[in-house]
Amino acid sequence: MTSQPDRPTLPPSRDMRWPRSLEWLPVPEDFRGGLQAAVDTPDPSGRYEKLAALAGSRLGYLQWLQLERALAAGPVADHPGFMPLRLAILSASTADHLAPAIRVAGLRHRCLIGTHVGGYGQYRQEVLDPASSLHRFAPQAVLFSLTAREILARTALSASAAEVDASVAATIEELRKLWRKVREDFGAMVIQQTFLNVAEPLFGGFERSVPGAPLEVVSLLNERLAEAAAAEGVSLLDLARAADRDGLERWFDISKWLQAKIEVALQAAPAYGELVARILGAQRGLSRKCLVLDLDNTLWGGVIGDDGMDGIVLGEGSALGEAHLMLQRYARQLGERGVILAVCSKNDSATAEAVFREHPEMLLKRGDIAAFVANWDDKAVNLKRIATQLNIGLDSLVFVDDNPTERAWIRHALPMVAVPELPTDPAQYVRCLALAGYFEAVAFTADDRQRGEQYAANASREASLQSSESLDDFLRGLAMSTEFGPVQSVDLARVTQLINKTNQFNPTTRRRSADEVAAFIASDRSIALQFRLVDRFGDNGLVSVVLLRPEAPGSDVFDIDTWVMSCRVFGRQLELEAMNAAVHAARALGARVLQADYIPTPKNSVVSQLYATLGFTQAAETAQIVGATRWTLQLEDFRDLDTHILRGALSHDRS
Amino acid sequence: MTEAEILGAFTRILRDLLGDQSIVLTMDTRREEVPNWDSFGYVTFIVAVEIELGVNFGIAEVESFANVGAIVRRTEALLPPS
Repeated sequence: MTSQPDRPTLPPSRDMRWPRSLEWLPVPEDFRGGLQAAVDTPDPSGRYEKLAALAGSRLGYLQWLQLERALAAGPVADHPGFMPLRLAILSASTADHLAPAIRVAGLRHRCLIGTHVGGYGQYRQEVLDPASSLHRFAPQAVLFSLTAREILARTALSASAAEVDASVAATIEELRKLWRKVREDFGAMVIQQTFLNVAEPLFGGFERSVPGAPLEVVSLLNERLAEAAAAEGVSLLDLARAADRDGLERWFDISKWLQAKIEVALQAAPAYGELVARILGAQRGLSRKCLVLDLDNTLWGGVIGDDGMDGIVLGEGSALGEAHLMLQRYARQLGERGVILAVCSKNDSATAEAVFREHPEMLLKRGDIAAFVANWDDKAVNLKRIATQLNIGLDSLVFVDDNPTERAWIRHALPMVAVPELPTDPAQYVRCLALAGYFEAVAFTADDRQRGEQYAANASREASLQSSESLDDFLRGLAMSTEFGPVQSVDLARVTQLINKTNQFNPTTRRRSADEVAAFIASDRSIALQFRLVDRFGDNGLVSVVLLRPEAPGSDVFDIDTWVMSCRVFGRQLELEAMNAAVHAARALGARVLQADYIPTPKNSVVSQLYATLGFTQAAETAQIVGATRWTLQLEDFRDLDTHILRGALSHDRS
Repeated sequence: MTEAEILGAFTRILRDLLGDQSIVLTMDTRREEVPNWDSFGYVTFIVAVEIELGVNFGIAEVESFANVGAIVRRTEALLPPS
């Protein structure tokens, strides 16, 4: 209770009515001042940057409402550095509070989200009626936010297991039809919310033996929903699980349901928006890629330089030592998931590395760390080094450090780096990092599983390059071969993931949904090629995708709609082999000319002259986007480009 | 918190909520008299008061408040004596 009503109150962390899910964000220094400064900024891009910075801080309920109003006041337009997106929210309960929450969270994830909230309980009509406001809105993503009340109303307590199964199956079948319709009509990504299980137990411990008990019906419904969503490539907004972790009463407020048919509690809206924005961001390739860890008092207790190998606290036998070990274990698991691990520490490099090699309790090994930077330089400088070394953007980094001064400095110096506000208790480190959801995924591919090894192999290649006399020797010494072939439906998840997360070698930065890529596969007039690259250090996995189609039906001018290549294989001549393959495929379909655009972004300057080096000529006619250039290649003049890469057909059993 | 302090806090909350710094609440103000304060805004206001001041209203109370003064008086009764 405050006696100064003007001071913004923050939700106390023990307040049972507030979801814990925004705890990793730092408290803003001066919210009102910051908001006023944003509103007073005439240039829209500058205003969005300031609002995005505020959205990255931990706001009270009224604060985020004000932030949302400032955001809504601006014109909805494209701004560099922000991904525009139209999201429709189709709900069976009151959802007016969810749209603002999603917009604010979107800003935090650098998406400018335009929202459409369907009529209360009108989701079927909205989808099925071609004249509905949903159809006029033409969403790029559709979120189904439903309640389990309908199915509970038609499932008797005395229903047999088979009857409950049938009832659940019918609900799922109807949802599947709606999902498919949304995809067919809009090509939109579908997000389905799991059902909040708000029923109270009737039997207690015996509950699970009664298939028709409401709690059991909704459990089964969520299970089947997850299976159907996985089969259909629908993303799950797992509210049921969030409520399991946080406590149902933090997400569902029975009074507000009774008063206004609000299923997701008003005070849970900011956390809800965050969960939605994460999924949208992940689908657009905006999830973080690399976890950068401090060492002293983060990966172990104590300071290695002062306390020495015997003095630091780590491992079994000490509660504190086990807490630090938990963070190591979680980091290693993230590594297994495809997150790149790095170290950034103020330490003597040899002293720090020795812990990884010699301390018996260390779970993380030196080989798990793709970039290891320990010195006495400014950490902002070191984070830039890490990003350069790994060839990823600073906005792909998450920096975990126990020291509040270092955290504040990095937030100030490198605002694009994510810096979770670690709690003071090391036992809570993992929970904080997990809550922050920086590494939200929409798939788990074979390449994810191998990424750690691939980055380690890259370090070996670097060493090999340094010992080679010339680049030519180096490339020949790598003994590279590429396997390539048409994209098949089994590859859709990996191919779509690569397209959507690649920012550097991506001349157009067009994002493509799995359905859009599927359309390239389905037509015999378009081409979708994928490339793997193997060398003597290992298999780099799927590293490049090219999508081609005629610029108009029947035309012999083919557009390079999309071409992406992983930064792991830059400078290895794969782009030359990919062009050879693309030309062959296009010729086979009767193409005479290849046409390509380069659309500049802050990240893709590496390919600004790509088409010139491949023998294209810059067209007099430019693309319709400012700064973009258009390039053409006459196929009859094209001769295969020479490389050090052997060609092979793709065998499909290996993925 | 005195009645006047609670009324002041309510005014600040509703101004922030509706984005209208010209709002002035009195004990006699009724929801219908404040521009743009609709029924959903009323529920939002109640939640904001509950969060900001750390009180919890019963379901019957929320339906029965006749004017701002009634909410102020109920809040005062729910708050621990200062």
